[in-house]
Amino acid sequence: MNSIFSGTRLRDMIRSIRACKTAAEERGVVRKECADIRASINENDPHDRHRNLAKLMFIHMLGYPTHFGQMECLKLIASPGFPEKRIGYLGLMLLLDERQEVLMLVTNSLKQDLNHTNQYVVGLALCALGNICSAEMARDLAPEVERLIQFRDPNIRKKAALCSTRIVRKVPDLAENFINAASSLLKEKHHGVLITGVQLCYELCTINDEALEYFRKKCTEGLIKTLRDITNSAYQPEYDVAGITDPFLHIRLLKLLRVLGHGDADASDLMTDILAQVATKTESNKNAGNAVLYECVETIMAIEDTSSLRVLAINILGRFLSNRDNNIRYVALNMLMKAIAFDDQAVQRHRVTILECVKDPDASIRKRALELVSLLVNENNVKQLTKELIDYLEISDEDFKEDLSAKICSIVEKFSPEKIWYIDQMLKVLSEAGKFVKDDVWHALIVVISNASELHGYTVRALYKAVLTYSEQETLVRVAIWCIGEYGDLLVNNVGMLGIEDPITVTESDAVDVVEDAITRHNSDMTTKAMALVALLKLSSRFPSISERIKDIIVKQKGSLLLEMQQRAIEFNSIVDRHKNIRSSLVERMPVLDEATFNVRRAGSLPASVSTMAKPSVSIPNGVAAAPLVDLLDLGSDDIMAAPSSSGADFLQDLLGVDLGSSSAQSGATPGPKAGADLLMDILSIGTPSPAQNNTSSIDLLSTAGINNNPSNALDTLSSPAPPHIATTASAGGMFDLLDGLSPSPSKEATNGPAYPPIVAYESSTLKIEFTFSKPSGNPQETNVQATFINLSPNTFTDFIFQAAVPKFLQLHLDPASSNTLPASGNITQNLRVTNSQHGKKSLVMRMRIGYKLNGKDVLEEGQINNFPRGL
Amino acid sequence: MDRLMSLCVPSLNLRMHRSLIDSLEIQSCYLLSEHSCLASGFGSIHFVLLVSRQGKVRLTKWYSPYTQKERSKVIRELSGVILNRGPKLCNFVEWRGYKVVYKRYASLYFCMCIDAEDNELEVLEIIHHYVEILDRYFGSVCELDLIFNFHKAYYILDELLIAGEIQESSKKTVARIISAQDEMVEAAKEEAGSISYIIAQAS
Repeated sequence: MNSIFSGTRLRDMIRSIRACKTAAEERGVVRKECADIRASINENDPHDRHRNLAKLMFIHMLGYPTHFGQMECLKLIASPGFPEKRIGYLGLMLLLDERQEVLMLVTNSLKQDLNHTNQYVVGLALCALGNICSAEMARDLAPEVERLIQFRDPNIRKKAALCSTRIVRKVPDLAENFINAASSLLKEKHHGVLITGVQLCYELCTINDEALEYFRKKCTEGLIKTLRDITNSAYQPEYDVAGITDPFLHIRLLKLLRVLGHGDADASDLMTDILAQVATKTESNKNAGNAVLYECVETIMAIEDTSSLRVLAINILGRFLSNRDNNIRYVALNMLMKAIAFDDQAVQRHRVTILECVKDPDASIRKRALELVSLLVNENNVKQLTKELIDYLEISDEDFKEDLSAKICSIVEKFSPEKIWYIDQMLKVLSEAGKFVKDDVWHALIVVISNASELHGYTVRALYKAVLTYSEQETLVRVAIWCIGEYGDLLVNNVGMLGIEDPITVTESDAVDVVEDAITRHNSDMTTKAMALVALLKLSSRFPSISERIKDIIVKQKGSLLLEMQQRAIEFNSIVDRHKNIRSSLVERMPVLDEATFNVRRAGSLPASVSTMAKPSVSIPNGVAAAPLVDLLDLGSDDIMAAPSSSGADFLQDLLGVDLGSSSAQSGATPGPKAGADLLMDILSIGTPSPAQNNTSSIDLLSTAGINNNPSNALDTLSSPAPPHIATTASAGGMFDLLDGLSPSPSKEATNGPAYPPIVAYESSTLKIEFTFSKPSGNPQETNVQATFINLSPNTFTDFIFQAAVPKFLQLHLDPASSNTLPASGNITQNLRVTNSQHGKKSLVMRMRIGYKLNGKDVLEEGQINNFPRGL
Repeated sequence: MDRLMSLCVPSLNLRMHRSLIDSLEIQSCYLLSEHSCLASGFGSIHFVLLVSRQGKVRLTKWYSPYTQKERSKVIRELSGVILNRGPKLCNFVEWRGYKVVYKRYASLYFCMCIDAEDNELEVLEIIHHYVEILDRYFGSVCELDLIFNFHKAYYILDELLIAGEIQESSKKTVARIISAQDEMVEAAKEEAGSISYIIAQAS
């Protein structure tokens, strides 16, 4: 061996690494090699560089750090010999990426090599530049590359063309400079140059409108001719792939024609013939041919309307769909999604086949098919499609059930023709895949059930039957026990029988069995158990004959290890035991849940909007004016700091959400026992969303979110003096207060303090931010700001993040946002707490930054907010 | 070790003949990926990955900027998904909003990541094209060739793809350019050898 291979050779190192039996052993070998390489680098012997870098590349591939070799790449690139340069450039591309500063150091070497007399050295430099150049390098070296597009050797021309595509991607402003050079490449005969030239033109067209116009005018006909020549060309062994002459060139030409034809009827017209020819003549029994057909169909669908061509395209897709090759079917499903846009009917014809694909063993195909099916659903076929999907849900793989059930739920919600059908389908989904169903889905179901008063009996009986069979489906159990708690009497007495039902006999104790089962099952989670406990309390009043047994079950929960359950059991027990007189009114049936408000909230908006504020508080059947109700379905739990309140009574009322404008007076005037009943009622009810003033104080009885984020408040509450008129229920009332620790409790400040007008803090074409303000009483320096982010664009923003900065005299506390996904024309909210140490002297000012992802791209918006109301 | 190229037969899921080391199976696969740092909408290949059936990386080429950390994460995630896919499934995997096209050749999985709306079938052809060129170069290529001559595999890939786009559709042309460069390297080596020989003689 010559001197380059003194010491361990690359081959030996690879052997010894491969001989390692354990990861630790491998790390040892690599460590030793790295130490040798470092030592050798320090000696600075040019003979070893070549080999060191080769070793480092191998080590790098194994995932070990190799940054110390970066400078070696630069030295090798700068050395005169071809072998050194070759490995140096390879190392550069492998060990560095465009974001590393070191890369800038290589710009000069690259420039020299681009002007090198040896064309292979020029090729190396172009390749490296094309693969990793940064925007700065692109700017610096663009003139060299542009010149090389005209180089005498085709090998350099094609590399320069692709290098240019990278340059214009990085720096779109440079696009104009390349238009002429690119169009000259389209006349080439050499396939490599032609392919890269077409690619460069495509790139320029997508970046620059001028380029698009230019190529459309000057090159459309030439490209069509090139495509015709190659389509009709005789067998050429060098370029033939499975009977197609150069499918890669075919595909690139079709792609470029696509952008040229899109939005231009004349250009589209010109290419009709050749597209028809490619679509009909291309062999479709091999992958290469199908790849060309795929591209052809894409082009046909993108160019201006030529309906006969589109029929052809849809037929090709139909053939793809019935192909036995999974790849082809996958592609067909993908493309049919686009085809729906212009020919829904044609795609509907393939519905049966597509449904079959939902059941395919291949996850990729299933996923595509499911997406496509959900686009195919309309009012006419929803029943049939849903039935098919639900039937399949029973037998599908466990890991597919989540996607499938989510899709079914969204289809059912969107297209349901009537409530009974909706309820039926949801029960089926819950029975089959209840554990995969998201909270908002079963919350919505409860809202719908609550609104369908004529179906209460039917629903509770259906649920009862379902839960006997599918007791392992958590969400089914939850909905069932909620309904049994509410409508247990309808279940037992067969009230409201529909013609389609078979009568069933359910005794009171059968119904309690179901609930008991849920509460005692070890794998029920806390939400389910808490719901079961509430259901039991309700049943104790509905079924007086077995209230002793119910009491026993409740008493058992006194020993629960869950603090929440234990407390509630104690409280409920005391209600059952000692407050029989108020019990029945306490556990009245829930008022009808407000569907519209729920939907608004579900969409992620403010818990209570202005519209509900105007409504009087909901009245419940027994005529007691119900104060704003606690909201089981509260999705956005708002945290607001508790403000110490002047009177204990107020405080308690605040906590329980009684104290809102008009109704505060009302409830204040209510005689003692009734007021107590009100309070308890609030706690036990699943309420309509409470009006804005109160939503922050609503007690999320069953919510597991935001547990105990403020326990000290709960204790404060307990120790605050209870007002005398609640004394009768003090034992219950006091304890209930304790429960507030569970919810994002704290009371809102009363209606004192000046009001501040809301402001529009920021507005761009896609996003609007509104701030509303409130001041907690007692601390003038503090301001609570509720920010509402409204998406004005038709796209969903994901990974939404809002950041704010304030000057030193302000302190800012940001609560988590209600969501990090901002649906199209939806909104999300976030609470901010600002403490102004210069209150009265300086007003608020804030700088903010909003980041989100739109179609996978990061978007950043920034702004400064100077228009805060004065005096905050 | 099985020859990778026994897979040059048009069908994608071939079982190759067994030879030296272990039985290799070839298959193709597409994976989809979406990555925060990827520039999308350009329709190019974002990265190329060769992974052995045991999950060892044999070649990686990144055309979109990924940090070192992201690279290892991508490799980990993708090999988890691809190696676990059964035979006879389609060769595309949707992954983070992108699409990864994979194809198995003997013991090696060749993976290329593209945008969701790109032509997966063409990428399958590109993979096959690459494998055919490797096969011609090494003469019935197998995994060991690619381990010990990994740099050669990179040189060949660089003659095939630049900036994630295909640059040459003729296998012959690629072979010619590679061998021309190999000859230059050999010539330089001989020269260096003879010089050091002369120096050694002189001293």
